[in-house]
Amino acid sequence: MGIEQKLANLGIVTTTLEKAVNWSRTRAMWPLLSGLACCAIEMMAAEASHYDMSRFGMELMRASPRQSDLLIVAGRVTRKMAPVIRRLYDQLPDPKWAIAMGDCASCGGVFNNYAIVQGVDEVIPVDVYIAGCPPRPEGLIHGILTLYEKVENERLTKWR
Amino acid sequence: MVQLQEVTLDELKHLVSDRAIQGETMLLNMGPQHPSTHGVLRLMLELEGETIINCVPDIGFLHTGVEKNMEAKRYEQAEVMTDRLDYLNTVGNNLAYCLAIEKLVGLDVPPRAQVIRVILAELQRIGSHLIWLGTQSLDLAAMSMFLYCFRERELILDILELVSGQRMMTTYIRPGGVWRDIPEEFYDAVQQFMAMFPTRIKQYHGLLTKNPLFIDRTKGIGVISAEDAVAWGLTGPSLRGSGVALDNRKTQPYTGYEEYDFEIPTRTAGDVYARYECRMDEFWQSLRIIEQGLKKLRELDGAPVRSSNRKFVPPPRSELGASMEALIHHFKLWTEGFDAPAEYVYMPVSSPRGELGVYLEGNGSNKPHRVHWRTPSFVHLQALPVLSKGLLVADLVAIIGSIDIVLGDSDR
Amino acid sequence: MNNKLLKAIQTIEKRFGVEEHIFRDEYSLIVSPGDVVEICRLLRDGFGFDMLSSLTAVDYWPEGDPRFHVIYQLYSIENNINLRLRAPVSDDNPAIPTIEGIYPNANWHEREIWDMFGIKAEGHSDLRRILTPYDWEGHPLRKDYPLGYEEVQFTFNADEIDAKKPYVKE
Repeated sequence: MGIEQKLANLGIVTTTLEKAVNWSRTRAMWPLLSGLACCAIEMMAAEASHYDMSRFGMELMRASPRQSDLLIVAGRVTRKMAPVIRRLYDQLPDPKWAIAMGDCASCGGVFNNYAIVQGVDEVIPVDVYIAGCPPRPEGLIHGILTLYEKVENERLTKWR
Repeated sequence: MVQLQEVTLDELKHLVSDRAIQGETMLLNMGPQHPSTHGVLRLMLELEGETIINCVPDIGFLHTGVEKNMEAKRYEQAEVMTDRLDYLNTVGNNLAYCLAIEKLVGLDVPPRAQVIRVILAELQRIGSHLIWLGTQSLDLAAMSMFLYCFRERELILDILELVSGQRMMTTYIRPGGVWRDIPEEFYDAVQQFMAMFPTRIKQYHGLLTKNPLFIDRTKGIGVISAEDAVAWGLTGPSLRGSGVALDNRKTQPYTGYEEYDFEIPTRTAGDVYARYECRMDEFWQSLRIIEQGLKKLRELDGAPVRSSNRKFVPPPRSELGASMEALIHHFKLWTEGFDAPAEYVYMPVSSPRGELGVYLEGNGSNKPHRVHWRTPSFVHLQALPVLSKGLLVADLVAIIGSIDIVLGDSDR
Repeated sequence: MNNKLLKAIQTIEKRFGVEEHIFRDEYSLIVSPGDVVEICRLLRDGFGFDMLSSLTAVDYWPEGDPRFHVIYQLYSIENNINLRLRAPVSDDNPAIPTIEGIYPNANWHEREIWDMFGIKAEGHSDLRRILTPYDWEGHPLRKDYPLGYEEVQFTFNADEIDAKKPYVKE
């Protein structure tokens, strides 16, 4: 017989602060509108009508890093672009997350050469990696749901 | 490893006018992270109020080292890199590369494979134009067009997935033919698309062509004369909008385009709206080509789709168990590849953006000595200062959309 | 063979003394780099080669002599003919004269071969690196420039490579 059962009749839900905040963080996570290469097209496809990412509260892509929570690194990161990506990541307000979408962003992919950073995790900390070249929009959506799972289980002490 | 570059003003002084150095005009950085630069293009703008005095494009933010990397791979291995250059025209890139190899080694392609190539290339052309239409109208604040265009593009990607197993990076066209024969469902899928798409084109026309907002932002913007367009090397719809009917499918026909009946749509105004009209007309021409292609394909049912030259094309799986020779060829081709002579060829094809040329040089071994991609986006971007001079920043967005650049294509 | 093309080639051969190379009906003229500007002007004004399709270079290191070839791919819209010029450039302070004044779109192509091969275009208006970062060292498409291959991670060497990898700390 806990307090919840008594309060339920009054239309009140009790939860922990941790759970409530983590839940709200996942319900409107706005990605940064930033595409690099091939994967950006699949990211656009995921945003568009057929796959419709707005089902997950993500229909709004912000062009300004100051207004977004999530950096989807969609495509290969070159040596020339790497400082820009880092700067974009630094400009995201806390709490922030990053997804490495596709093989190139995760590990360099087929481009094992002088021009490509072998995985964007050499530049910014990455939360979720998505495999595929390019990943299907379903793959991206799965990656985002995996990130939600991660965020929902974050501990209060780890909050940024 | 990550450091921010410091470029002193002195190094870049010659790019701007004296007035900018005295502080009379404003220097504005646009990109590489900007929603309407279609990728990672960076533009340095010199502005007076909102008028563009000078525009200096800075590219290379997607420089992938493809040309160098291809030199380290065998001919057939290097093909996967070609998809990822111009990621809206993957089939066309495969086609250009395979045609260059076939020209270099002297390999013939069976007619059925040629027809399949043409159909897929034209489907991809429609797909690429759909992305262009969606993003161009999105830049001009027509959000719903973006959603409609991507809806139709999914159907094309479904067809590509049907034949190759991948949505975008198909690598379906191979030297000497195509990877394997198309499945039976292909006909229905394409026919359904053909039946549906004309009404959709009319819908796009209804939404944009006579829309006063769209006309205001495109007519008379980014004008380039035919002489200037040729001198700056513009090709494809960007050149045809200025009245020059140049198309490699007509002038230097490849993979059997001479057998198809189609026209090259042109306009004379040379502005953003003219280029828009050209591309919209190309939808109809592509549909015409696909329709003829389907008819040809039906006639060629059961014909081979790969060359029978076993020195370059691996034998079908079914032969391996029965023929020792086939087994040897299979082993040789998948371990060593084939050798190409120490010669050089240039193979231009018509990509949705313009002339896509492959300069391929062999050195007698199984790896290319040099592959150079003459990419339309690289050349078109160069003309951006000419197109945008004296216009407003808002017009620049329309112009970037109208020359239809893909940064992977331009930076390679 | 196209009459117009034949005439153009003959005129150039007579005036500049060039070598001819034919492969699969593609005509290449091997010209000396000093003559490139003159030949291009002649071809554009006299024979209707109004478009520079492509401009690139090839490196024949180590045994090639001269080391580089600069390749000009010209196209005539009016006559629908292609012609290729190849200018051999030696390894010692490689340079070619710019043809920016004849074909304006040579500008970026020449910047590209400077960036990628280190071949200078003399008289160029804006010779900066174009594709690689501003402070890049070396010229990537030269044959003596390493590909920059990174060892591939497999199960057996995953930890070893992981330890070497420069992961970012937050």
